[in-house]
Amino acid sequence: MFPELGQVTLIIALLMSVLLAVVPLYGSLTARDSLQAFARPLSAGQFVFIAIAFGILTNAFMVDDFSVAYVANHSNSLMPWYYKFSAVWGGHEGSLLLWILMLSGWTLAVATFSRRLPSVMVSQVLSVMGMVAVGFLLFILMTSNPFDRTLPNVPADGADLNPLLQDFGLIVHPPMLYMGYVGFSVAFAFAIAALINGRLDAAWARWSRPWTTVAWGFLTLGIALGSWWAYYELGWGGWWFWDPVENASLLPWISGTALMHSLAVTEKRGVFKSWTVLLAILTFALSLLGAFLVRSGVITSVHSFASDPTRGAFLLMLLAISVIASLTLYAFRAPVVHTRAKFGPLSREVFLLMNNVLLMAAMLLVLVGTIFPLIADYFELGNISIGEPFFNLTFSPIAVLVGLLLGVGIFSRWKKTDEGYLLRKMIVPTVASLVIAFAVVLILGNTMAPRGTGFWSNFSLWAFFGVLSASWCAVATLQDVWNKSGSRHGRLHGLRRQSRSFYGMVLGHLGLAMVIAGATVVNNYGIERNVRMGPGDTATAGAYQFRFASVGEREGANFTAVVGTFEITRDGKPVATLYPERRRYVVQRNVMTEAGIDAGFLRDIFVAMAEPVSSDAWAVRLQYKPLVRWTWLGALLMALGGFLAIADRRYRIKDEATELRKAAVSGSTGAGGRPVEAGA
Amino acid sequence: MKRALLFLPVVIAVAFGIFLYTGLGKDPQELDSALIGKPVPAFELANLKHPDRTLTPEVFQGQVSLLNVWGTWCPACRDEHDDLIWLAEEKGIPVIGLNYKDNRDQALRWLQDLGDPYQITLFDPQGKLGFDLGVYGAPETYVIDKQGIVRYRHVGVVNPEVWEEKLGPVVRRYQQEGS
Repeated sequence: MFPELGQVTLIIALLMSVLLAVVPLYGSLTARDSLQAFARPLSAGQFVFIAIAFGILTNAFMVDDFSVAYVANHSNSLMPWYYKFSAVWGGHEGSLLLWILMLSGWTLAVATFSRRLPSVMVSQVLSVMGMVAVGFLLFILMTSNPFDRTLPNVPADGADLNPLLQDFGLIVHPPMLYMGYVGFSVAFAFAIAALINGRLDAAWARWSRPWTTVAWGFLTLGIALGSWWAYYELGWGGWWFWDPVENASLLPWISGTALMHSLAVTEKRGVFKSWTVLLAILTFALSLLGAFLVRSGVITSVHSFASDPTRGAFLLMLLAISVIASLTLYAFRAPVVHTRAKFGPLSREVFLLMNNVLLMAAMLLVLVGTIFPLIADYFELGNISIGEPFFNLTFSPIAVLVGLLLGVGIFSRWKKTDEGYLLRKMIVPTVASLVIAFAVVLILGNTMAPRGTGFWSNFSLWAFFGVLSASWCAVATLQDVWNKSGSRHGRLHGLRRQSRSFYGMVLGHLGLAMVIAGATVVNNYGIERNVRMGPGDTATAGAYQFRFASVGEREGANFTAVVGTFEITRDGKPVATLYPERRRYVVQRNVMTEAGIDAGFLRDIFVAMAEPVSSDAWAVRLQYKPLVRWTWLGALLMALGGFLAIADRRYRIKDEATELRKAAVSGSTGAGGRPVEAGA
Repeated sequence: MKRALLFLPVVIAVAFGIFLYTGLGKDPQELDSALIGKPVPAFELANLKHPDRTLTPEVFQGQVSLLNVWGTWCPACRDEHDDLIWLAEEKGIPVIGLNYKDNRDQALRWLQDLGDPYQITLFDPQGKLGFDLGVYGAPETYVIDKQGIVRYRHVGVVNPEVWEEKLGPVVRRYQQEGS
């Protein structure tokens, strides 16, 4: 198939998205149903044409069409088919096309699953999504065409994909991440539509909640997969590096987490409306900012795309237009709430507000840390370097506080909570988490990484607070489940009676506890040894003995590898045999370290072979990583919680009439009357 | 009054946008150093491997060398390490290390584990020379000519591409000069 056809279909998709951005919106403002009816077909058409373009690019990779510059730069005939497939999004142009494909996919999903929403709302939401699509389609067509040809001098073979990217991680990580980033455009579109038509009420919150939650779930998965990938592929066993690109994904995640919680308040109580809308705009803006930081080259990162100022300028313009336009709209249309406190100081509203304050503080910290090189440059403080220590020092206390706050807030009630009630609820989590934290910190401190001989000298305050926060959060969550599931018809009946969104929340919070626990334990009690080893040598790390049994060679599809065999024992009993590799990629003349990992629920054992230090010895990194899996399993649990929550019955909207009735009811009990005084 | 407050986000966003825009032109990969064309600032630093020996800018005399700023706290430095070894061993380029804001034991272990591409490594735990050079973050690599004059600055990792396109031509130009 001709690659140029891909370009043509992208242009057709652009035309459709322009129509989508204009026609249904105009129809909704002039109350013409015939124009609004274009929204769904245009969404579908846009998706189909973008999908065809994506298919054409994929095909070019599959058949090794090196006349396409993007294919020639990111593939090679020796690569196995699944890496050729994932190489489609292994570079800037293709990943942008994936981004656009997902955007149109989300648009189509909104068009499909919003049959019961008021047509004005649907038209406006889809129009806003169309506007976003116009921006990105222009971006790809004008600055980053993936279908550019190398004619007439077609290279005989491709330059190969960066070996770091030739991995299962590339197949799954970017799609998940982009699903998250792009998914927040739906929450954004709902917010903008609500601002346009003045319908900022509980019903609006209920409609945008599932979309926000599912996008957040994907982003959570994407980030966790990225962390896991870095852990086993980069070869040095860390799981989070505070790299600008990682931070770029964390920013919308934190903001999206705040948005989910704030939406809950808006749905249930009809308050915080202005704030929720602002968060929806912010979350999407941070997704765009991430794209800008990664693709413009303003910040140096280990894994940023090739930098290009024209792309940066275009993205910045896109970011500026969407953010400034939406914030201006916000300034004119957001409801001004005349505060009459309708909730007490210990109400659930207040706890969720504090949650948002903490999350925003965390977000700002990460943002400042990420763009610090720019700030330093701007104020000509070129001498300051900032990195992991800054983030660890500032982010950890907030994470601990979030966990502790969660454990209290979970018991609070809407409007007001009785102090005595709250204190009584705190007894079990306080006692249990203190016991757990002391036990874990003292046992691990004295067995795993003793720093001194005295029993208390191995007590680490940071580890203590981390474990305390995690267990506090977990115990409180479980206690809440226990309390709520009490029933005359038995526990099982009580458990069954709880809604899916309740269980979603429980999973999310338990997941958070797992992440905090895992991060604390692995960072405080992980053991890492760098030793020189040759075949026959043994070394010890923690309680484990490592024997370098032998060394061999192996041929891969496009690499040759030196493979070490390591036998690991504990107290003389065999634990595992690991085969770390050093791969030499033929085409790119690159050497990659492939770690050998024995994964376990409670600990990982990690062996990586680095440089050969002599003809028969290597620098070897041995690691014992307790609970490292919990960071990813916790994230997985959080994402599952999100997906479970959206399966809740109340999101299956019945019909518009009940919706309106409900909206009216919550509007009157919530913030006192209809929210927006139009044009005020 | 409250309505006016709602304009705050858009004002912040505009300010932030302008700020990002000014950052755009300045690609950190190609930051010019104020020192280009000037001698390496005076320093007296310990040799990483021999704490008792003091090094001065004389180490740069008589050869065109690369000054590579690194630290064990910097993951990107690990990325470029193989390529520095390749430069030192295969291309025979003298590389002088500046161990920046680091810990001596960790730095020595790093070199022992990963191999040592450096002819000499300057140990700069307080970042004194880094400050004078205007180091932006690790890794950074400078081309220093035979007279000890800074000729080029590269921010970010060194890899074969960067060598071929950026550092290599500068090094070759100054190697030919006066030989």
